[in-house]
Amino acid sequence: MRSIWRTLDAELWRGVLAIAVAAAVNGASFGAIAVAAGLALWVPVVMSVLIFAGGSQYLAVGVVAIGGNPIAAVLGGLVLNARHLPFGLAVGDVIGRGLPARLVGSHLLVDESVAFAMAQRDPVRARAAYWACGASLFVAWNVGVLAGALAGTLVSDPNALGLDAVFPAVMLALVLPALKEAGKARPALLGAAVALATTPFLPAGVPVLLALVGLVAVPRRREEVVA
Amino acid sequence: MTILPILVLALGTYAFRLGGTLLRDRVTMPDRVRELLSTGALVLLVALVATSSLTKGQSFAGWSLPAGVLVGGVLAWRKAPFVVVVIAAATTTALLRLAGVA
Repeated sequence: MRSIWRTLDAELWRGVLAIAVAAAVNGASFGAIAVAAGLALWVPVVMSVLIFAGGSQYLAVGVVAIGGNPIAAVLGGLVLNARHLPFGLAVGDVIGRGLPARLVGSHLLVDESVAFAMAQRDPVRARAAYWACGASLFVAWNVGVLAGALAGTLVSDPNALGLDAVFPAVMLALVLPALKEAGKARPALLGAAVALATTPFLPAGVPVLLALVGLVAVPRRREEVVA
Repeated sequence: MTILPILVLALGTYAFRLGGTLLRDRVTMPDRVRELLSTGALVLLVALVATSSLTKGQSFAGWSLPAGVLVGGVLAWRKAPFVVVVIAAATTTALLRLAGVA
């Protein structure tokens, strides 16, 4: 664990810190919204520790807040989180060997930790970035949710602060270098177009999964070499 | 909300996470498949960027959000430090909203 602190440079730590601050404020907003929707204080707190996936937590609380069916809330959340399976397949070896590392590290698998790990060149830095980002976000998100749930309507509208722009901007900054690699841009852009085109018609989470259709645009490099 | 739906959602989400990482270990994959998985993760991340900057729910998010993301993206392209990207994106979106842009 100590090597993580030494491996990462100050620039990467500042990046992690910046998104952790945004996650804490976003968490405070989630906690406040959940309590304002009439849920007990422990509900957003336990959700955030055990589920640790903001989008699905907002979705579940939103469904329950309008008197919706809890089963629909659970199913919607699961569809939204299904992308974690292909993420795990892609970065599984980054997390570390040994079962304890896998069991703990898997819980820290979120969009940001995957993107941070994939943006690193060598495997040692990728592992350090994954754990630093995942653990920092876990602490920040949960502290934020607890504070927001206790304070009530302290941060009623984080969108007024433009905080909803932080997540896409951070992810964009992290994926830009990879997009310049050969054969990556076309599948990514095709996938994004499919996701955007289907968003108005499909439930949350499905359009992003459908983006995987973009993989048809991956060039068939191997066959060319053989031929 | 009772504890049961929370537990089901938590266990299901953890199963997705752990399932992917364990499968990666158990199955020996050809290089071509590894490359496809890595590209697949990138495709998912870019789709998340696109949907979270252009849409809210099932409709258009308005101009201030993608404008902030675009400013952050351009700065990232010009190799600006991460903190600058984050602050510039949030500030742009916040100022546009303050000015009445949706």
